[in-house]
Amino acid sequence: MPHSLVTIANLSKEKILSLLDNAARFEAQPNRRLLEGHVVATLFFEPSTRTRLSFETAVNRLAGRVIGFSDAANTSTSKGETLKDTIMMVSNYADLIVMRHHLEGAARYASEVSPVPIINAGDGANQHPSQTMLDLYSIQKTQGTLEGLDICLVGDLKYGRTVHSLIMAMRHFRPHFHFVAPPELAMPEEYKLYCRQNGISYEEHTEFDASVINNTDILYMTRVQRERFTDLMEYERVKNVYILRASMLTSTRPTMKILHPLPRVNEIANDVDACPQAYYFQQAKNGLFVREALICDCLDIQV
Amino acid sequence: MKDKLQVAALENGTVIDHIPSKLVFKIVDLLGLQNQESSVTIGYNLQSKKIGKKGIIKVADKFFTDEEISRLSVVAPNVVLNIIRGYEVVEKKTVVMPDELHGIVRCPNPKCICNNEPMPTFFHAVDKEARILKCHYCEKELHV
Ligand SMILES: [Zn+2]
Repeated sequence: MPHSLVTIANLSKEKILSLLDNAARFEAQPNRRLLEGHVVATLFFEPSTRTRLSFETAVNRLAGRVIGFSDAANTSTSKGETLKDTIMMVSNYADLIVMRHHLEGAARYASEVSPVPIINAGDGANQHPSQTMLDLYSIQKTQGTLEGLDICLVGDLKYGRTVHSLIMAMRHFRPHFHFVAPPELAMPEEYKLYCRQNGISYEEHTEFDASVINNTDILYMTRVQRERFTDLMEYERVKNVYILRASMLTSTRPTMKILHPLPRVNEIANDVDACPQAYYFQQAKNGLFVREALICDCLDIQV
Repeated sequence: MKDKLQVAALENGTVIDHIPSKLVFKIVDLLGLQNQESSVTIGYNLQSKKIGKKGIIKVADKFFTDEEISRLSVVAPNVVLNIIRGYEVVEKKTVVMPDELHGIVRCPNPKCICNNEPMPTFFHAVDKEARILKCHYCEKELHV
């Protein structure tokens, strides 16, 4: 049955693993004519060039056609059209809608009114399931497994939706987390509660130093954004504390990899790019294969 | 004496009892009783052994729907509805919070789709004891 993808929170372990298997097939052979005769709409009510290009490339490599818009400013939405009306109109033309919206819950609501499947490409601070799936894919690919890994999350753990979704997705795989953040951006209590309720062990740190960097399989960096701080003095104090430099990577585990949802600002110094642990550009590329798998799954196309 | 009886006794209708006094007018508002055609009797600051000062609302010829009762569960979870027919209490209903609340509670998140589209709100009861709801759309939790 064709179906929407709004969140990864309710995906079973088997489902996640089978999607990752399919993504690996697309990595081996990205160009397959599985979407021939299909039209996919990419509706970006909020601009995100990176995510849109990745989805549109996925459709193109599967021989489907793309319609849509990259910014709601020039559409009828800016004239006050409801989301429902836009979705109903577009579903007349497309077999699948990939949408990004600045309002939380927009994709869930769209999936309830739309006659065609919806893929959530980000709804405000809420969910971004294809990002989470590409994170999982990158972890599995670099570590050979998702089971029993040490994962270190660094930076803005308070507002960073990618790290929250990653915790939820990893619940099936017995991870051990290190949360490294300044007190202002510490992991919210509700996610720590989620960890305890789901048997996920974690440690919290405010220092970003060798003791965490050398004892992890995955170092997941996030942006520390100036606009998150009410106290700019505090921002100035912490912004340089959570910067990763090549000199900090001399004694890591041999298979340790650095992930980042991108775009980065200054939290990963440029000299890290040449280190063998740097994986963030490959991680972004993996997004293509994962999105090919997700699109086919939502349309119930066998891979 | 006759007048007093008229207030006290209800031939047919509903008596909402065990309302915390401060919530009486909130419930009147929530159930739209200011627009009720039949007689409505409101008492508050009455003595109650259970809850200190309680309120009571008697509505003649009115039997509330499950939907209206689930509205009540949000503001006053422990009130009791006595269904009266022929001066007799034929049924006592305790208000319980339903698993899903449609169009009853407002989402406090201004960036939630439900505050930006013409659509009813939708909450799931996460913890009925602790009175925690979760927005079906933005997934934010709400204490009621
Ligand atoms: Zn909401």
